[in-house]
Amino acid sequence: MTRSNTPILRIEGVGKRFGPVTAVDNVSLDIRENEFFALLGPSGCGKTTLLRMLAGFEAPGTGRILLDGKDISPLPPEKRPLNLMFQSYALFPHMTVRQNLSYGLEMERLPKADIRRRVDDTMGMTDLTPFAERKPEQLSGGQKQRVALARALVKRPKVLLLDEPLGALDKKLRERMQLELKRMQNEAGITFVIVTHDQEEALVMADRMAILKDGRLLQVGAPEEVYEHPAERFVANFIGVMNFIDGKTGADGVFAAEGLQVKAQGGKPGTATLAIRPENIAIGPPGDLPVSGIIVDIAYHGLDRVLHVRTAAAETPLQVRIPASGASNWKTGDPISLRLDPAKCRLFQ
Amino acid sequence: MSFNATRPTLLAAPGVAWLVAFMVVPCLLVLSYAFFQRGVWGGVEYTFTLENFARVADPLYAKIFLNSARIALTATVVAILIAYPAAYAISRAPRMSQPILLFFAVLPFWSNYLIRTYAWIVLLNREGLINNLLRTLGYTGEPLSMLYTESAVITGLVYNYLPFVILAIYSTLSRLNPELMEASRDLGAGPVRTFLRVTLPLTLPGVAAGGVFVFVLSIGNFVTPALLGGGRFQMVGNLVYDQFLTANDWPFGAALGAALIVTMIVLLLLQARATAHASGERKGEVER
Repeated sequence: MTRSNTPILRIEGVGKRFGPVTAVDNVSLDIRENEFFALLGPSGCGKTTLLRMLAGFEAPGTGRILLDGKDISPLPPEKRPLNLMFQSYALFPHMTVRQNLSYGLEMERLPKADIRRRVDDTMGMTDLTPFAERKPEQLSGGQKQRVALARALVKRPKVLLLDEPLGALDKKLRERMQLELKRMQNEAGITFVIVTHDQEEALVMADRMAILKDGRLLQVGAPEEVYEHPAERFVANFIGVMNFIDGKTGADGVFAAEGLQVKAQGGKPGTATLAIRPENIAIGPPGDLPVSGIIVDIAYHGLDRVLHVRTAAAETPLQVRIPASGASNWKTGDPISLRLDPAKCRLFQ
Repeated sequence: MSFNATRPTLLAAPGVAWLVAFMVVPCLLVLSYAFFQRGVWGGVEYTFTLENFARVADPLYAKIFLNSARIALTATVVAILIAYPAAYAISRAPRMSQPILLFFAVLPFWSNYLIRTYAWIVLLNREGLINNLLRTLGYTGEPLSMLYTESAVITGLVYNYLPFVILAIYSTLSRLNPELMEASRDLGAGPVRTFLRVTLPLTLPGVAAGGVFVFVLSIGNFVTPALLGGGRFQMVGNLVYDQFLTANDWPFGAALGAALIVTMIVLLLLQARATAHASGERKGEVER
């Protein structure tokens, strides 16, 4: 797997307004060659508008979009060497699977034999060969999704854009397709830019991800980086599960809330919010560990259990993740004591 | 289960009864005249004969039939060429203004057919608005004879049936997922190829529905050719009219009517098949 650091796609100060609404606000991003890049954010964050600007369906209000160093902003969609896989799949209903795949190559005016060979290859790679002569409405959701992907891949675009590609599939199929997509991206050696609102999906698939909110870019980084070191409270909350405790940081850098004191890193004096992941809280019998609380709920997830513990420090119960095998003797209503791992605490001020 | 089966039948019953009583039965009655002889002083003499159908095939009448078909076809093509861009523009307008635009497109339809057609006489005659306008613009030659020409008849037919075609095409266009056109552009097709390979094929059912409508109503029309053709351009409709009301030859009129109806039914069946085909073989099985 060759993964260089040269940006294939450079987004330079791109902005877009629709009337009074700023959909995308001065976003700058570099997307590297052969990487699987995720644009992540809640609905209405501007990720789809950004994707449509990359594909050429919206003109940027400000800024430039460079592909391989060339400004593609003035080009219409049909002249851009990148392809979009639509959320609705947008398969041509009057064409068979083979005709859908051939369409894009016919537009390049390739010889018939070449078209046939490339379509056959792509159908083989996406397990569509048995469905070549079917019409889209004779396909299941998963099959349609593969046709949409194959129709874009067969063009061998420099960058493949995917708009919520797994949104319409059920959970099981979605998890399988996440790995499938990653495999195909590796095999095809194409840069993938995927838009999703599903943080788990982004964590599983992406090499790097960008988190957007209200049109602004909040953070860019590898999944581990964003998960471990969220740049803002919003990111911390959006990615994975996070406990928040409001309190104060003293002059000594010690964070304090009621019944709780932690020497967290990087604390400046003043009001602060401490953030900690459920897996970074240890548990013990009442009195053993510094923070005491009462279990108000236990959620069993198969591999692990999540205890919801009410403490004096936080309004909402803290979530604590423990391996499922070990904790069968905890019951709702039991008193418990907790310890927050200081190295894993983050402060937002 | 019998409940589910009987309810649709019950719901359809009034409509079906109405059609049978006031459409099917009268039609069959009139058509049955086609198999009898004409009475000496008009009326019908109940002696079986196929002579009336033989007369329909007579070169004189066949020519009128073909001529009507040609005029109707021209009107159909012109109407589609005008209606498609209009329907396309309406379907691309902001969603809020689409009903208003459609209302204006259909507006002429709410006035009386005769009045609408008479309006064209005012426009087209030698002292009419168009000739007057040309004169004010500096045209000094002989006034144009536009009225009582075949073009006048075609103009009248197109004008009268255009709203139907716009509506029919608009309904297929507005149901089209705009992402299909975007997908086509994304795959490398410019606007023209996108139209020819995606938009047009997927809206053909609307074009066919509107087209058959204009054709069927035009070929049997007798008001427009009578008013705008000045009686000089006889169409089948006028011929049927004459047989029933002037020549008092009901059996021959009925035979001509039968020929018209058969033509229409064949066209409607073809259109229904084309629509079913274009909307996809949705009976096809789904693989899981």
